[in-house]
Amino acid sequence: MNCQECGKRPATLHLTKIVNGEKTENHLCEHCAQEKGHFVQGFGNFSINNLLSGLLNFDPMSKNAAQGAMGNPSTATKPMRCETCGMTYAQFSKSGRFGCSDCYEHFGSKLDPLFRRIHGNTNHVGKVPERTGGQIKIRKELEQLKSTLQQYIATEEFEKAAEMRDRIRALEQKIAQSQ
Amino acid sequence: MSLQRFMQYPWSNWMKGEGPDADIVISTRLRIARNLRQHPFPLLATDSQAEEVVNKVAEVATSDAMQKVGSFEQVKMEQLSPLEKRVLVEKHLISPNLAEESRKGAVLLSEDESVSIMVNEEDHIRIQVFLPGFQLSEAWEAGSRIDDIFEKNLNYAFNENRGYLTSCPTNVGTGIRASVMLHLPALVMTQQINRILQAINQVGLVVRGLYGEGSEAVGNLFQLSNQVTLGMSESDIISNLYSVANQIIQQEREARRYLSEHSRTALEDRICRSYGTLLYARTVESKEAAQRLSDVRLGIDLGIIDNVTSFTLNELLVSTQPGYLQQAAGQKLTAEQRDERRARLIREKLSAK
Repeated sequence: MNCQECGKRPATLHLTKIVNGEKTENHLCEHCAQEKGHFVQGFGNFSINNLLSGLLNFDPMSKNAAQGAMGNPSTATKPMRCETCGMTYAQFSKSGRFGCSDCYEHFGSKLDPLFRRIHGNTNHVGKVPERTGGQIKIRKELEQLKSTLQQYIATEEFEKAAEMRDRIRALEQKIAQSQ
Repeated sequence: MSLQRFMQYPWSNWMKGEGPDADIVISTRLRIARNLRQHPFPLLATDSQAEEVVNKVAEVATSDAMQKVGSFEQVKMEQLSPLEKRVLVEKHLISPNLAEESRKGAVLLSEDESVSIMVNEEDHIRIQVFLPGFQLSEAWEAGSRIDDIFEKNLNYAFNENRGYLTSCPTNVGTGIRASVMLHLPALVMTQQINRILQAINQVGLVVRGLYGEGSEAVGNLFQLSNQVTLGMSESDIISNLYSVANQIIQQEREARRYLSEHSRTALEDRICRSYGTLLYARTVESKEAAQRLSDVRLGIDLGIIDNVTSFTLNELLVSTQPGYLQQAAGQKLTAEQRDERRARLIREKLSAK
């Protein structure tokens, strides 16, 4: 059977809708189904962690490293491992979960591409814990004020910009005093 | 207050049916994920380490500082039967993950059930605030206040570059997931919903069903939440979600107006048929119940039905769930028995004045 919409491709999706007792049947190809806004189902229970481990395994760097190691067995590097909890990068990429907070340190910059893919970013902006933060908090606030200042300058809102400038000065003094 | 009460009564604070834009936004939820620095994440923790986390968190939750925010009662997962856990999941007080997968999992519940603090879920601490209507900033403020009290007393896993460290890389950074539960019958009826859902995915937000990840959207209820947690501040995340939700609310209102003007009879017919079915049906499956209750809810919002409150409907949202029906019956029920009890419960609630 061909798709009833385009008549060209074979119909792979057969939808039966019953609305208020009225039954309608549709036979569509995937392309037309998507165009008509029907959800393409059939992926089953595909959890976020499956997707994540897909992202994690995509790592051209480690592929090269593996090939290098094969050619020269004596330089085979031992697997990347978190020294605190013992989780290896391979285990992490399988489960999609870190073992402890130190994993973030030990896997280090290897995580940047992952974060970029998930969040589009690699660095935190936003709340900083009061007690743990202290200085960090002021520095972060300063960064944000500075970017707001640039925005106001760009949109020529000079009164607001001046206000930002004063707040930036006050914070800079605060840092200077505490050092 | 006791565990008994959390089990027996289906009401929580979020069901009030009050609050801003309550005709479309049923509830607002905000979750903050936090971990302790010195302990391995729950995935790798030993039983004794996990227990230590439970005790540390409970100590702060019952401290004087926290008393000012609310009084919390601790419930350990191991104390509960599978059915009791299910009731708490249906009330949205705990996640399915805490109920089924956690080791030494526990939850601290506030008296009005607007705050629940899960311990040893995927992360050590998950603070959840649940409010009626559209109250994103209020939820963040309330959650953040609790977060501050914990931070004064516990050593959080925090890193200057990565922010709050979480077990799953999808939560790192702010660790917050904000969501609103939207009732969008008119967008579904006018077939605009798929177009909107597709657009939403392109702006860093996700839509899920009533019971979160992997759950189906039943009864025209959609949960809209942020996806990105790293590289955006909490206030940006919240205002982003706020403005997208606001757009959808306007579109839904527009669609409702369109339907009222152009297909008034058909709309009234559909709503009143559903109302009639629920008033007289002797057996109702959960999916049909959800759909018909959605029609009745729309009928209330449009002034077509005036002797039912949205509080009653919110209550039914929970009390017609399989776990809750069995809890109320005090026994295990077959699917047929549940459909019968569901129909009876709905009849009683809708005809009570």
